[in-house]
Amino acid sequence: MALYSEKVMDHFRNPRNVGVIEDADGVGEVGNAKCGDIMKMYLKIEDDVVQDVKFETFGCGSAIASSSMATELIKGKPLCEVKQLTNKAVAEALDGLPAYKMHCSVLAEEAIQSALEDYYSRHPEKKPAE
Amino acid sequence: MIYADNAATTKMSRAAIDAMTACMEQEYGNPSSLYALGQHAKETLERARAQVAAVIGAQPEEIYFTSGGSEADNQALRSAAEAGRKKGKTHIISTAFEHHAVLHTLKKLEAEGFDVTLLPVHTDGLVRVEELDAALRESTCLVSVMTANNEIGTIQPIAELGALCRARGVPFHTDAVQAVGHLPIDVEAQHIDLLSASAHKFHGPRGVGFLYARKGIRLTNLIEGGAQERGKRAGTENVAGIVGMAAALEASAAHMEETAARLVPLRDRLIAGLREIPHSALNGDADHRLPGNVNFCFEGIEGESLLLLLDDRGICASSGSACTSGSLDPSHVLLAIGRVHDVAHGSLRLTLGDDATAEDVDTIIQNVKEVVEYLRGFSPIWRDLQSGKKPFIL
Repeated sequence: MALYSEKVMDHFRNPRNVGVIEDADGVGEVGNAKCGDIMKMYLKIEDDVVQDVKFETFGCGSAIASSSMATELIKGKPLCEVKQLTNKAVAEALDGLPAYKMHCSVLAEEAIQSALEDYYSRHPEKKPAE
Repeated sequence: MIYADNAATTKMSRAAIDAMTACMEQEYGNPSSLYALGQHAKETLERARAQVAAVIGAQPEEIYFTSGGSEADNQALRSAAEAGRKKGKTHIISTAFEHHAVLHTLKKLEAEGFDVTLLPVHTDGLVRVEELDAALRESTCLVSVMTANNEIGTIQPIAELGALCRARGVPFHTDAVQAVGHLPIDVEAQHIDLLSASAHKFHGPRGVGFLYARKGIRLTNLIEGGAQERGKRAGTENVAGIVGMAAALEASAAHMEETAARLVPLRDRLIAGLREIPHSALNGDADHRLPGNVNFCFEGIEGESLLLLLDDRGICASSGSACTSGSLDPSHVLLAIGRVHDVAHGSLRLTLGDDATAEDVDTIIQNVKEVVEYLRGFSPIWRDLQSGKKPFIL
C-alpha cells in the first residue's frame, strides 16, 4: 500500500487555495519549524461567510494536503460551520492519513481556528455568544 | 528513472545474480550434510568466505556470515562488551552519528551498566584522533567508529584511530557498511579488530552480510543453535546469498578505483550545481566523503515534500527530515554536525550509482532547483526569512 491515499497525493501535488490574502480579515499561524510543520491561514470574511481563504505551509506531503483540503472545506461556508471544523473531518475528506501523520490534520484545524480567533479579536462584536 | 539512493540499497550486479542463480539451481545441499551434495555446498560456502576475506585483507576463518550489517554491528558490540566485562572493563567509546544498529545497541549496553562516551563529529562530520586519545580510559573495552557515514558520507581516519586503539590495547570495531566495496579496506594496515559489512550496499543481495573478527577476539552468540559459523552464528547458511555477496564484492573491488575516479567528478558537479540554490549548504566535509554521496540542507522547506515531488519527476532520493524518519526529530546525524532542527528538516541525500552519468547529474540539479523554488513559494518560513522577519541560518 502506498504511504498516502490518492486524495492526499492529489491535494499535495495540486494544492488548492495556495497563497496569501494581503488584506485578510483573519490570519492564523500554527506549528513551529523545530517540529517541521508550520501552517498559515488567511481568511477573507464577509457577512459571516468565508469569501476567500488561502494558505501557506512548510511541511511534509500530508501537511500540505491537509492545509489544502481544510481550505476547500471552509470556503464559502458560514463562520458557525467553520467553527465546527475538526481534524477528523479533514482527515476523512482526504480518505484517511497514516496514524503518525494525523497531527497534520490537527494543525490544519488549529490554523483555521486560530485565523477565526484573529478575526473575532479584530471584530469582537461579531463573536457569537458562547 | 534516476536512482540516486544507493546508500539505502543498490541494484544487484549481474555477477551476483548469475552466481546466485547457479547456486540456487545446483547447490541446494545443506553444508552441514555429509554426502557429496552437502559437502559441495560447504566448499562453495568456504570459497565465498575466502573471496570476501581477500578483499579486506583478512583470513577466511576471521569472516562470519550474518543476516546483514545490523546483525554484525550487534554481535561486534555485544562480543567486545562481554569480553570487557569479564576483565572488569565497562567503558565504550563511539561517535554521535553512528548507525542506529550501533547506537541502539549501545543504549541497551548502557542500561546493562556500561559507560558510553560518544565522540563529537564536528561540523565537518569527522572524528578527531586526539579526541579519541583523550577519551580512552584504562577501563575502555571497545572503540567503535564507522568507516563512512551513511547519511553524509564522511570518511573517518580509520587507520589513525585503529593505530591508536592498537597502541592502547583496546579492540577497535568499525561499521564499514557504506565503505566495503567502495573504499579500499585493509584490516591489517588499518588496525581493525572487528568490522561489519552488508551485501546489498555493494550490489549484492539484501539479507546477508558479514562480521570480520580478528583471530583471538572471542565472539558472543546472538543466535544459539547449531554449530554453523564456527559455532558463533547458528542457522543453516544462506549459501546462495553468501555466494551472491562474494561475487558482488569481488566485482565491486575489481573496479573500485575506476568507479571512484568516475564518480568523484560527478559528485562534485552535483555539489557545485546544488550550491547555486540560495540558502543551501552541503552537509559534511566536501573532500573526505564517499565518491557518490551528496547531502544538502535547503532552508525554508521540508524534506518529505521535496522527496515526493522528486519522485514524481522520476528521481529517487532520501531525506533526514522527521517526517521521513517516522519520529519527531530530524536525523541524529545532521543534529550531530550542528544543524539546527529548522534546517535539518529540509535535507536531501543523493547517492549516485556506479552507472551515473553527467546527464543524470544535470537532470537532478535542474529538478531539485525547480522543486525547492516551488516549495519555498508557499512556505511561511521562507516568507519570514525573505521579509527579514527571521534571520537566515544558511
